[in-house]
Amino acid sequence: MRHNGNENGGGAHFTVHDLTMAYGDLVVMRDLNFAVKRGEVFVVMGVSGCGKSTLLRHMIGLNEPAAGEIFYGDENFTRADTERRQEMLRRVGVLFQGGALWSSMTLAENVGLVLDEYTDLGPAAIREVASLKLALVGLKGFEDYYPSEISGGMQKRAGLARAMALDPEALFFDEPSAGLDPVSARRLDDLILELRNSLGTTVIVVTHEVPSILAIGDDCLFLDADSKAVIARGHPKELLAHPPDPRVRQFFTRGEEARS
Amino acid sequence: MAESGVFSFEQAGDKRLVIRLGGSWSLQSRLPPVSEVEQRVASASRISFDAGELQRWDSSILTFLTKVTELCRQRQIAMDRSGLPPGIRRLLELSEAVPERKDALRQVTRQPLFERVGNATLAMGGGMRAMLGFLGETTLTFGKLSRRQVRYRGFDLSLLIQQCGAEALPIVTLISFLVGVILAFVGAVQLKKFGGQIYIADLVAIGIMRDMGAMMTAIIMAGRTGAAFAAEIGTMKVTQEIDALRASGFSPMEFLVLPRVIGLTLMMPLLCLYSDFIGMLGGAAIGVGMLDLSWTVYFQQSRNAITLTDVFGGVFKSMVYGLLVALSGCLRGLQCGESASAVGNAATSAVVTGIVAVVAACGIFAVVFYVLGI
Repeated sequence: MRHNGNENGGGAHFTVHDLTMAYGDLVVMRDLNFAVKRGEVFVVMGVSGCGKSTLLRHMIGLNEPAAGEIFYGDENFTRADTERRQEMLRRVGVLFQGGALWSSMTLAENVGLVLDEYTDLGPAAIREVASLKLALVGLKGFEDYYPSEISGGMQKRAGLARAMALDPEALFFDEPSAGLDPVSARRLDDLILELRNSLGTTVIVVTHEVPSILAIGDDCLFLDADSKAVIARGHPKELLAHPPDPRVRQFFTRGEEARS
Repeated sequence: MAESGVFSFEQAGDKRLVIRLGGSWSLQSRLPPVSEVEQRVASASRISFDAGELQRWDSSILTFLTKVTELCRQRQIAMDRSGLPPGIRRLLELSEAVPERKDALRQVTRQPLFERVGNATLAMGGGMRAMLGFLGETTLTFGKLSRRQVRYRGFDLSLLIQQCGAEALPIVTLISFLVGVILAFVGAVQLKKFGGQIYIADLVAIGIMRDMGAMMTAIIMAGRTGAAFAAEIGTMKVTQEIDALRASGFSPMEFLVLPRVIGLTLMMPLLCLYSDFIGMLGGAAIGVGMLDLSWTVYFQQSRNAITLTDVFGGVFKSMVYGLLVALSGCLRGLQCGESASAVGNAATSAVVTGIVAVVAACGIFAVVFYVLGI
């Protein structure tokens, strides 16, 4: 088990070690090293197309690293076999950009599928748990709706309910506020913080929404597409106050300074 | 004058040219040719504009001015834009704010023939490898099925059985009946010449039972169900539903491919038997209606013509065809790219692959059955 030099031992929930991501010959990011502490809200930010979502896909095994390894706690996720990986993935939940609800199932079935598969609960109990999860995201009463019958924002919240179905130790969010109005986006931020505070869930968010980053982030990583590397790391408010790089300052100020 | 945009030239001094812009410039009317400007600017070293008579303008004037700018840059002619309305000036500046990325323009080069053939061959190799990989994965999944270690929803399977079974009956009825009719027609004309009308029953029965029933059903299912599989799985890929399955610890092979392959492979033999029956009815309709045979005689003749081996041979073939159609549908769906047009391509490709596989299998069966003497 290896840790980043500045991390103190046992607290790391996820460790990314020398990760290189590539699509074929096209390298996206080179030699990424970072650790995510248990119970923190970790934000991955950067401009569009810099590989934020690709990093998330690597961390949940949807893409294979070109080099390097990813650890869940002390366990090597990258080297694990398919069966073991599926078990490890059961302890994390993922909210995809568009919600990615299974369109042939109702909301209750979407939330209940993993419960049905990985627990010994009976159909009635699964239904109750699914209703509770939907109520948590403000969708009580929509159990029997199909994803196509509800709005995009509601689909996203239902996706969150599905991600939370098994009370995961960690939640991954891919652009949670994309496609949401400011008020709904704010509510989702509050919900993320609430989950972290009440359940101690580790949260990893990929986003470029500055207000959201400042509101929820405990620690963040700034990816840069040109240098294919991390150019800033730390608490978002700290980075805003003392940006270590002009590109970071531009990001936080929407490029205002560059223009004036 | 006010109908469309006009411009004229005025020589101001030795090497200065003023372009007068006037009238209403609109995309609705034709764009003025730049060639005229090209001739006039040849002798100038500096051009400026006078837009005093310009009434209305839109992107047409911007397009025109962009071309003029381009021209001036090529010939190193100084250009003074102060005579243009401020709106036009700002838009022109905006369009020039980010320099053209030379590397962003796609190089459209014609590849030499050998290069194209080589690339196509390599791509074909890759396609074959992907197909073999998919077949291997499917086999492993079926291995897990036999050990009862797979995860899929039973409800999905029953829904799929309904979709590729009962719901296909109307179209199978129509096509099979017509195939029976066509076979009988083609045969009738020839057989009538030497008074062998009665053998129309043999022709139709053997043709339908041994090959045509299974084959026509397979082609219908390739167009109907194979395309649907590809489009459905492809769309799930576009909307990240497949990613969501994998992230939840479900294998798309078990969850999506397995029930589809099982459903279609189970339903095809039944559809084939049904198609055989309807096809013979079609033949009988011609035999009875046109050739004055009686129903009893026709069916007696058919019964004598075919053996159980013919029937089971056809049913066995249909099962293999069902497997091929389902596999091509799922394979193309999983290979689908991430756009709307990719889903269309996946559906098309699923039908093509399915039909090619079915016809190839049919040919192989014909040889094998002949060698085995069936």
